[in-house]
Amino acid sequence: MSVKLSKSVIGWLAVSMLLGGMAQAVTIQHWNSAQGARVYFVEAHANPIVDLRVEFDAGNRREDPAKPGVSDMTASLLDAGTARRSEEQLREALADTASSLSAFAELEGAGVTLRTLARPAVREQAVALAADVLAHPAFPAAILEREKARTIENLRQEENDAGFLAQRELTRQMYPQHPYGINARVSAASLKSITRADLLAFWRSHYQPRYAVVSIVGDLSRAEAERLAEELLAGLANRPGSLPAIPPVALPPAGKTVKLTHPGTQTHMALGMPVITRDDPDYFPLLVGNYALGGGGFDARLMKEVRDKRGLTYGVSSNFSPYQRAGEFGIGLSTRNDQAATALKVTRDTLRQFIEEGPSAAELEQAKANIIGGFPLRFDSNGKLLGYLGVIGLYQLPLTFLDDYVKHVAAVTPDQVRDAWRRRIHPEQMATVIVGPNS
Amino acid sequence: MISRTLSTVAGVVFLGVCGVVSAEPVEAVLDNGMKIVVQRDERAPVAVSQLWYRVGSVDEVNGRTGLSHLLEHMMFKGTPTVPAGEFSRLIAQAGGKDNAFTSRDYTVYFQQLAADKLPLALKLEADRMHNLSFKDSDFTSELQVVKEERRMRTDDQPAGIMAETLFANAFVANPVRYPVIGWMDDLDHMKPDDLRQWYHHWYGPNNATLVVVGDVDPQAVIAEARRQFGPLKPVALPERRPQIEPEQKGERRVSVKAVSPLPSLTLAWQVPRLEKVDAQRPYALYMLSAILDGQAASRLPRRLVREQRVATEVSADYDMLGRGGALFSLSGVPAQGKALAQLEQALRQEMAHIARDGVSERELERVRLQLQAGRIYEKDSMFAQAMRIGNLESIGFSWRDDATIDANIAKVSAEQVRQAARSLVDDHLTVVTLLPQQGDKPRMPAMPQGDQTHVR
Repeated sequence: MSVKLSKSVIGWLAVSMLLGGMAQAVTIQHWNSAQGARVYFVEAHANPIVDLRVEFDAGNRREDPAKPGVSDMTASLLDAGTARRSEEQLREALADTASSLSAFAELEGAGVTLRTLARPAVREQAVALAADVLAHPAFPAAILEREKARTIENLRQEENDAGFLAQRELTRQMYPQHPYGINARVSAASLKSITRADLLAFWRSHYQPRYAVVSIVGDLSRAEAERLAEELLAGLANRPGSLPAIPPVALPPAGKTVKLTHPGTQTHMALGMPVITRDDPDYFPLLVGNYALGGGGFDARLMKEVRDKRGLTYGVSSNFSPYQRAGEFGIGLSTRNDQAATALKVTRDTLRQFIEEGPSAAELEQAKANIIGGFPLRFDSNGKLLGYLGVIGLYQLPLTFLDDYVKHVAAVTPDQVRDAWRRRIHPEQMATVIVGPNS
Repeated sequence: MISRTLSTVAGVVFLGVCGVVSAEPVEAVLDNGMKIVVQRDERAPVAVSQLWYRVGSVDEVNGRTGLSHLLEHMMFKGTPTVPAGEFSRLIAQAGGKDNAFTSRDYTVYFQQLAADKLPLALKLEADRMHNLSFKDSDFTSELQVVKEERRMRTDDQPAGIMAETLFANAFVANPVRYPVIGWMDDLDHMKPDDLRQWYHHWYGPNNATLVVVGDVDPQAVIAEARRQFGPLKPVALPERRPQIEPEQKGERRVSVKAVSPLPSLTLAWQVPRLEKVDAQRPYALYMLSAILDGQAASRLPRRLVREQRVATEVSADYDMLGRGGALFSLSGVPAQGKALAQLEQALRQEMAHIARDGVSERELERVRLQLQAGRIYEKDSMFAQAMRIGNLESIGFSWRDDATIDANIAKVSAEQVRQAARSLVDDHLTVVTLLPQQGDKPRMPAMPQGDQTHVR
């Protein structure tokens, strides 16, 4: 069978698209479930699959500072058995539908993603399994012990990686008190202290429909998506009480330089400070400027200065991580031990010069051309689109976010970039972490 | 890079789903021998272009390992009309992303961009296919970059050291034993003219396949490719000798020390690769590896991690698609308090169990289902579709063999899986163990990377 498709059949994704480098709109549908979950849906019939993601306000930031690791452990034990199904029964049922169900715990949220075939019999079976693990997790004590032991071993492995150590220490430096720093304090001791009661309590207070964002992309109708969202959360209840607000981040007055000794042929370096929020008024000037500094890969100043001109590193980049509260502006790189000081100096000089001068007119044009021209690549698959729906839902961004994005980028001027970077990025407030044998 | 996961290109109807099936790819061969395969995918107004050169580390010789990968880096260092750095700048200006990667079997350059910008990518690729002209100073600097890449990915990574050690010891004659990134000493002695020579030997239209997937008219893409690449002359390709690995007669055991808190273990048997689509054993080996690992209910994690708790991680791997020698491997990290010997024993027991009792029909059915669903899931990514086409074409198959390969896997019987398990004899086995060292002790000389792919 070989069916030739017309654009009108294929393209819910491509509806109302304007070519020529301007906006490409995606039709996002949004409603609230009966129990108050925010649901975001894009109908996409070209491929007979369905992707969904449900994310609760149950991320690392919600952990008790005395028990780092609880949000990850809660998410990862969701599929360790339910009131009705053992761990192995769940796994076999999933394998029999050829679906993939995975749990995640990130800084702001935690939950599950599901990819399944769109055929109703298969999809309904897979969604029923997802609903079961969300609503009736058993958190068996024996499996908790097994997973604690495995997580501790994995942590030991990670702690052998200089890049991991550098980033973890940077997070600790940036968020000494703030909930965004809790997860960087996971240790073997904190993992050992986690009990089944901790998981149950965390699940009860955070896995509630009113704290959920459900994102759905795929080959199903609006009516089917509405039913799916209801079924997915049907077993969960809203409970009295409410989660505390996440406090603003206090900026450290001066960034420290921390050196950690670790064996290896390379020294890893991470620099950063808390800067950017999702609703930041400087969001676009900071992001567009970052393309020119270190976000634009081979197009960026850092790559040109540190890698191309001097051969000092395989990769160097700068990035912004916008969160509800101030997220990281960071720079990371690694180099042969004996040239670590040189690489760090070139990196810092490049940053200082960029803040002083801002991007050239040509650099800014290049940044805008790439971001705007490449915008359709950011959601050219259901998988990528699902990620955007999750962000829109989590931060309650307008449904026109994707359309507006391009307009905002196009409007950024060199003065705005220079001004925003000068006001917001202060090298002396950035912490520097150096991990290597000579540190 | 592609391990055991087989993915789809041509439209496959899943269990009679009355959904949507993509049109098949369209192909053409230019007079100079260059092949072009185009898959239309109209879901978004974008396209991916991948130019596959059939040259990788299996084409290299001792003393000059790492040439293919280093040349991949040098390909961004300019032509008379497009100076160093300009290739990526032009693609970025057009809203695109570009990069490249090298494996044992091939070197691939790719761009992802708005579909209407595709001609730019083709023009730039055609230019550097025959006009590469880099400065010695750019070579010197880029060599340092590649050595940093090696330090980062292999020398400081226990998993990289393990994989490099495995391939260097499991084979004695076949060039699959060389690390893709090259031995550090070979990099130390690399000269710019080595790269220029490698380029002139292997880079030409008759050693390349262009794969495009996206919202494009296949005939228009072929016409544009003909315009850009058609005038290029074919090159006289060096002879590729078979370099067949002599039969292994006796188990090999190797240990390697590395800075690591945890030990690890790999058991790897020399096995056939897929040479003809109507072979049998590779499909049975694939089925065996997919039953052992890769889905929610597979055997190894269930038995060793969840039930016996002898391992924290365990995996099985078999890549039937490659030009060099192939391995069927089982790897794991022992659980705390468990010895490497206990983990090895447990892995061997699982294999012996299958060799004796076979596998269930339900397990076979799950793998078939997973394979079919995987094809459909994979179509969500244009890049993955192009990878599948390019991989098959570069290994010596056609994208048309895709469905046959799937069908042949689906036909594997429980008895064939049992036979496949029985065929994994100790005489063909290499066992590698990683022995953890504290950081303050002197380090062993580093070993290579088994992961086959190095991104620029």
